[in-house]
Amino acid sequence: MQHEREFGFATRAIHAGTAPDPATGSRAAPIYQTASFVFGSTEQAAELFALRSYGHIYSRISNPTVAAFEERMASLEGGLGAIAFSSGLAAQLCTVLTLAQAGDHLVCTQNVYGGTVTQLSVTVKRMGIETTFVSAEDFDSVRAAIRPETKLLFVETVGNPSGVVADLRAFAKVAHEAGIPLVVDNTFATPYLCRPIDLGADVVLHSATKFINGHGTAIGGVLVESGKFPWEGGRFPLLSTPSLGYHGKVFTETFGEYAFLMRARAEVSRDVGAAMSPMEAWLMLIGLETLELRMRRHVSNARAVAAFLRDRSEVAWIREPKLGSIFTFGLKGGRDAGRRFIDALELWSHLANVGDAKSLVIAPASTTHSQLSDEELRKAGVEPESIRLSVGLEEVDDLLWDLDNGLRASQ
Amino acid sequence: MILTTPSQRRDLLAKTSTIAMVGASNNPLRPSYTVFSYLRTQTRYVVTPINPTLSEIDGVAAFASLQAYAEALGAPDLVDVFRRPSKLVAVVREAIAIGAPAIWFQYGVINDEAIALADGAGMSVVVDRCIKVEQARFRGGLSTSGLNSGLITSRRRAL
Repeated sequence: MQHEREFGFATRAIHAGTAPDPATGSRAAPIYQTASFVFGSTEQAAELFALRSYGHIYSRISNPTVAAFEERMASLEGGLGAIAFSSGLAAQLCTVLTLAQAGDHLVCTQNVYGGTVTQLSVTVKRMGIETTFVSAEDFDSVRAAIRPETKLLFVETVGNPSGVVADLRAFAKVAHEAGIPLVVDNTFATPYLCRPIDLGADVVLHSATKFINGHGTAIGGVLVESGKFPWEGGRFPLLSTPSLGYHGKVFTETFGEYAFLMRARAEVSRDVGAAMSPMEAWLMLIGLETLELRMRRHVSNARAVAAFLRDRSEVAWIREPKLGSIFTFGLKGGRDAGRRFIDALELWSHLANVGDAKSLVIAPASTTHSQLSDEELRKAGVEPESIRLSVGLEEVDDLLWDLDNGLRASQ
Repeated sequence: MILTTPSQRRDLLAKTSTIAMVGASNNPLRPSYTVFSYLRTQTRYVVTPINPTLSEIDGVAAFASLQAYAEALGAPDLVDVFRRPSKLVAVVREAIAIGAPAIWFQYGVINDEAIALADGAGMSVVVDRCIKVEQARFRGGLSTSGLNSGLITSRRRAL
């Protein structure tokens, strides 16, 4: 039965984590819509609570449908394991809290999602964890920003919405030379276009709401960890010293390579309480089955749309997509022309999301990144007139027809 | 033979019934207790502590040495080792002497001389792996925790 074959990406996207249900033989992943799980005995219950056994206790901590999605994500990203959350921002917060506490410090590139900037610079800062934002293209400033109390370096594979593609190998080198892990938000690339762990990343994050779900039907997030970072040695006392939240357990001693994942789930996710629900996990599992097919079409449609816009006289500038299907452009006539353009569209949906099968449009400066100052906007690669497109899976000619109408109305 | 593939580890675990755990601890914070308790309570294996400083763990009588274990119970199917690398050559010599067919060195329990000695004596050898993790990989435990088991199958596993 067991074999040594290394199955390909599309096969793992369909099968990983979802062997037939041993209880029923169900071939589709069952939705285990339950809050709790009955123990086999008092001894088994004690073993579970002491983290000495595998099994489900309560769906805030783990659930079979959610675990199937987690294992599939770990397989696709090439990680040791994964933990799913109620949103991408919850996954990000729990990653921070697994490694950092008051008095600690983070380094983050400045061309990231506006919600990430706000979470780190406002909410996480109030918890006593400071973040220095640095240019993704200036490694000297990245190196200079890392302090003895820095716990992680955070970067997006493809900056939102700037489209800047990070040199993840170089970031991993900088992080590891400084003794800290590289945390990568891989939402815009997906593991089909980029697998950060292969390039040296230690933790990979996703807003699973985007391409992983693929249809705009659920909010979710996930973290995947490589299991390769050496957490021992004193820099990460939350993992390598007795845990206050787990009766003195030392995660690195007890769990070895699983230390990060075990603390992130058993302590941080347990206490934050932002678990993914079984129904959401099921929607994510279905989405992943077609990830490869969808990404191929997202990319080819995006290239056609970018080529169309490049040649139009109404377009002042365009940052063509280097990786993926999300990019920005600006119109002659600035914000007012952009407003007329968006209001004239019939097929493109004006909303705050990306990675849907449906094509989406938004003006980041007044929406997704509106909490940022003018200075932060400039650093994030957002112009006041920027229009962000997330190119969907429709017939490309229909998308171009609609854009043509919008461009005409803009001037 | 040094076992390096998943199927080799699965086959070893499938044909194993008795496990002598060298260095088992009664301290709940130690990995060697965690693994002992897991094997005792959650699996079909008959696991016995080998530790000269303890008389028993959770009601299971401990033996002072592999030699003492073998005199009472015969050779175990598998010797699972939680000892410092410097102690491993002696453990392997004892395992060979009692005729144990397989030896498992836990995470970080690595000594090249001891590995070569066991391999040369014809034992099945697993190095730098956790027997709890590998048992869970093939019995669904890792999957329960969102961990990457590496297993892909459309066959239905027996409950």
